[in-house]
Amino acid sequence: MTFSNFIEQFWPSTINGLVLGSIYALIALGYTLVYGVLRLINFANSEVFMLSAFGSFWALQILGVPYRLGNGDDPYKTGLALVGTLGFMMLVSMVVGGTVAMGLERIAYRPLRKRHAPRLVFLISAIGASFAMSEAVGEFGPRGRQEYGIQRVLQKRKVFSIFSADVRNDYIIVVVGALLMMTVLVLFVNRTRIGRGIRAVAQDMETARLMGVNVDRVILITFLVGGLMAGGAAFLYEIYNGTARNTLGFELGVKAFTAAVLGGIGNIKGALLGGIVLGIIENWGTAIFQSNQKMGSVVAFSVLVLVLMFRPTGLLGEALGRSKA
Amino acid sequence: MSSAPPMPTEDPDRIASHAGPPTAAAKQVFGQRMAAASATMRRWSDAWARLPTVVRWSLLGLLLVFLYTLPLTKPWPIDTPGTDLAGVLGGTVVPYVVVALGLNVVVGMAGLLDLGYVGFYAVGAYTLGVLTSRHANLPWLLCLPICIVVSMVVGVLLGAPTLRLRGDYLAIVTLGFGEIIRLLAERLDWLGTINGIQGIGPPPNVGPFKFGVLNKNSFFYLGLTVIIVVYFFLKRLENSRVGRAWTAIREDEDAAELMGVPTFRFKLWAFAIGAAVGGLAGMLYAGKAGFINPDGFKINLSILFIAAVVLGGPGNMPGVVIGGIVVSYLPERFRFLNTSRYMWFGIALVIMMIFRPQGLLPRRAHGRTQPPDPPTFEDVKEGDPDLEGGAHGALA
Repeated sequence: MTFSNFIEQFWPSTINGLVLGSIYALIALGYTLVYGVLRLINFANSEVFMLSAFGSFWALQILGVPYRLGNGDDPYKTGLALVGTLGFMMLVSMVVGGTVAMGLERIAYRPLRKRHAPRLVFLISAIGASFAMSEAVGEFGPRGRQEYGIQRVLQKRKVFSIFSADVRNDYIIVVVGALLMMTVLVLFVNRTRIGRGIRAVAQDMETARLMGVNVDRVILITFLVGGLMAGGAAFLYEIYNGTARNTLGFELGVKAFTAAVLGGIGNIKGALLGGIVLGIIENWGTAIFQSNQKMGSVVAFSVLVLVLMFRPTGLLGEALGRSKA
Repeated sequence: MSSAPPMPTEDPDRIASHAGPPTAAAKQVFGQRMAAASATMRRWSDAWARLPTVVRWSLLGLLLVFLYTLPLTKPWPIDTPGTDLAGVLGGTVVPYVVVALGLNVVVGMAGLLDLGYVGFYAVGAYTLGVLTSRHANLPWLLCLPICIVVSMVVGVLLGAPTLRLRGDYLAIVTLGFGEIIRLLAERLDWLGTINGIQGIGPPPNVGPFKFGVLNKNSFFYLGLTVIIVVYFFLKRLENSRVGRAWTAIREDEDAAELMGVPTFRFKLWAFAIGAAVGGLAGMLYAGKAGFINPDGFKINLSILFIAAVVLGGPGNMPGVVIGGIVVSYLPERFRFLNTSRYMWFGIALVIMMIFRPQGLLPRRAHGRTQPPDPPTFEDVKEGDPDLEGGAHGALA
């Protein structure tokens, strides 16, 4: 435990935390939205993220970018070709995320909802779906349970420095992309007709149904939106990291869920705040304990416990239409 | 009088099938199926209660004989191809069943969602590892109470600050706690870092029952005995004042508090007792395996434990025993499916939850007879064409 190391690494780890935190925040939205509407932990959201990450690889393969084997030359692209490639990658990733999330709702949740099953049952069903998806990728993926890496199309370059920390171009894409997606989401939930439906169902499902809201459709759309966010997160994660494996979802999903709870589950702004706070604290923890990533998680979870002891409903409290109404 | 036409009776099925939309009809079918399942359960348990005491005890005795001789008889539907049945039973099934019983106290009886139960399992296993191998050389029997007490203390330490949280917040905090324990074990040299602890002491040999790598049967006999002891201990607890307090907390915490149940204290008790049983399970596992490392205590295991309880029927002890057996035994039984067996397990969980959400053996409602559920707002609305309205789904 060295604080000199921490001071030295302060800015780089803060920036890294911001980047990772934006990705957590996007995944956290999948948990928070579904929680706001259905009051249940959408445990399988992590696998939506994992499958979307593979979706973005698939998009690159369609464009002829192979998996990474050893240290080959990366087929960097520039200009329009780069924008087009990344755009396609993002599109496929989000389509995969949205489709999987909706499929999940239809297969693992809707039958239970129709039967008024207790909440724990939803959790187990989601866990089962999560297991099945993760293991299916491990079993039938072209390289099984190994880590997949894909060659880069975006050359990572330093753009500018803040204090002693380098800010790379992929960092900027991740943070700006995440903020952009969240802005769109907030506008969607607050300004559109469907968004109003989502808020109505979150406030009171029965009354919303009586007022003529098509609750099933709203729930499906909520899952779709959560899936799109997870897909976007997966795309950004692959720009930043470039690797994936079948357990990726579980690793990031737990963090993202923690972020959602930290910020106040059911609260969209809370997911953003929670994600970024968690990402930064985790990276600080890693810096304090001499770049041991594991200790970063310990610090992050300890902070979560502390926060919940003093603010039992997270930093911003539960919302999604309730407290504001 | 006998020739009088029958009174026109209200047939709920007919009404539902005529007036209700398909969802209502489906719900009706499900409701009947659920009622039928619980009625079947009640019939069986009533029939069991009506049997003469002698017959009941001899049937139980037969069951015990059957269980204790399983490693010797190895009946083919139960035998596990590819691995030794006694090893599977003693090393995998026994700890899982004990865990399911312990977690049932927390999740099933008190209704607290604990996603970090693997932490207590790890505490039990590591306590045994530290005391018999890494830092001391104490006998197994002395470690038994120590492990239980240590896990219990850890349970109280975790519960005291966190049990004021509710529902999903508690779930995530416990999940984080389980992860912290694993990561500390992975990081601290005192606990052997990622290499874990080897050479953990087995239980002492008693007469013909020797505990070693080659004597797997003894572990099963020991484990089965522990299960029976724990089962009866928890059964007594369930029927006591403590158990009733847990039920009250599970059903409605606020109401329980208002009725004078000190909810926090009883929730802490649930945590402590659950933790003690979890630690015991971890100890059994470590004593059988002989070595442990942090990889054996990942969150996935917590999830599997929860699955065991919910699958079996939370709050019903025979149910969770079966849940524990299913979750641990099925992947071993279907080892020929090789690495894909967990995928099938996941699919099976989903299907199972869709068709039998109340668990394999659901808990009976408290008391002898279960009053019919009062019609909820939902039931009235979906069955009643007036309230259903024609504009359903017109907006949004």
